[in-house]
Amino acid sequence: MAEFKLMKGNEAMAEAAILAGCDAYFGYPITPQSEVLEYLAREMPKHNRIVMQAESEVASINMVYGAAGAGFRTMTSSSSPGISLMQEGISYIAGAELPCLIVNVNRAGPGLGTIQPGQGDYFQSVKGGGHGDYKMIVLAPASVQEMADFVYLGFDLADKYRNPVLMLSDGAIGQMMEKVEFKPYTRPVVDKSAWATTGKPKSRNRNYITSLFIQPERMEVHNLKLEEKFKQIREHEVRFEEINTTDAEYLFVAYGLSARICQKAMDIAREKGINIALLRPITLYPYPYQRLHELASQVKMMLSVELNSGQMVEDVRLGVNGKVPVEFYGRMGGMMPTPEEIVHHLETLIQYHHVN
Amino acid sequence: MKNNNQLEELIVAGFGGQGVLSLGMTLAYAGMLENKEISWMPSYGPEMRGGTANCITIISANKISSPIISLFDSAIVLNQPSMDKFAPRVKPGGILLYESSNIFKPSTRTDIEIIGIPATTEALQMKNAKVMNMIILGAYLQLRPVVSNESILEALQKVLPEKYHHLLPINRQALERGESMVLALKGQLVN
Repeated sequence: MAEFKLMKGNEAMAEAAILAGCDAYFGYPITPQSEVLEYLAREMPKHNRIVMQAESEVASINMVYGAAGAGFRTMTSSSSPGISLMQEGISYIAGAELPCLIVNVNRAGPGLGTIQPGQGDYFQSVKGGGHGDYKMIVLAPASVQEMADFVYLGFDLADKYRNPVLMLSDGAIGQMMEKVEFKPYTRPVVDKSAWATTGKPKSRNRNYITSLFIQPERMEVHNLKLEEKFKQIREHEVRFEEINTTDAEYLFVAYGLSARICQKAMDIAREKGINIALLRPITLYPYPYQRLHELASQVKMMLSVELNSGQMVEDVRLGVNGKVPVEFYGRMGGMMPTPEEIVHHLETLIQYHHVN
Repeated sequence: MKNNNQLEELIVAGFGGQGVLSLGMTLAYAGMLENKEISWMPSYGPEMRGGTANCITIISANKISSPIISLFDSAIVLNQPSMDKFAPRVKPGGILLYESSNIFKPSTRTDIEIIGIPATTEALQMKNAKVMNMIILGAYLQLRPVVSNESILEALQKVLPEKYHHLLPINRQALERGESMVLALKGQLVN
């Protein structure tokens, strides 16, 4: 039988980083994810791995840049204001095509905001918070188990595409405890010798890591190469979960904590005779546009539920392309909607659209 | 028992230092040992830094949807502000268990079961104020046997660092004390 542990999401993520063979972690404490650095500062040295509290988030991400360039499996984690500070470094890492994992335990903003959960960093995460044409693969865990599982997945995808991967969590998933099973994992052997700066042997030319291509002709070639990579990612890495879609007339679209709350709202609504389903995007980039497009020919209305002022709803609308009404419900400021509140809003919308 | 023990949605609330979070965590751990689904969601925000704490603990036979809920099957409240805040959120037919040496104005609702036990006074008599939360937990499990006492004791053994294992016997006594206080109260009600 599987062996379970009772852990916070943040701790499960940290333990998974060790089991995934993370060579080096760089971070700076910030609520609600300070447990990650605490945990790793205690545990990483036992495994002869590198853990360092940097002087700032700007320093952390640049240390990740350096470690990734030297071929290490490396990561950082922070919460919203700290992730904002990292955006320049993330853009450089994407430009230099280096693999790494970045975890954002999203709190409510803007600015210093509050330490309570939020999903206001959606745009920053999926539309490119830093400058230039780049994308990150964005994974959205909705449980403590996924906080662990997506660390392995995130590292593997980062290696596969030589691209930064972001895990976008939130304060509630980070702070809550659930049971978690650490599944057996073998770190794939990845040959980084063609690009990593590990010291030059006589047998090859010098490896050179940069995001600077000063000649426009060369820069554009690099851009096109990146775009081809993002196309591959869009074709192969879309992940989502759907519940109760077979007979559904209405659809919740929600990720992370919101998806958990919507599951309960779905149960309550179904007891009231409203046939509603849930689509939970697991990858926020690449986004499950295609599946939403298909579901738009089946359901009468979609409702995107988010802990922000309405961000992912724009991607739902892109997928649906005007076929059915796409509505939004959200709370901000670290407030969380109750399942009953969501059902109440859903009932009002159904009445409003006269689609019964 | 309602729901045939399939699902219990509980809030535990009180002052920081009363053992609110560890009460919920011990219960969640015991649930895990019994192969149940569990979730434990603590308050970690400004209210906690201001001195009050709460945690939502859910124990279920099936996968748990939302870890955040607004209505509860049971509430354990250890101070007056928590009584005032959470008593109205207990579902009809639910249980409200409170610490009666701290709370002087319990809820007057008649559609739920309201039980107060002076666990703090009792803990002081046991010469260890810290076991107050285990007295309360014992009382709660007598009202709602969502996990067995054996699982709680096993959970304590795993949750407590080894240097505190000499305190396991007094924790066991506290659990039993809570149970018998509830039984005594119920006996009084019957008489």
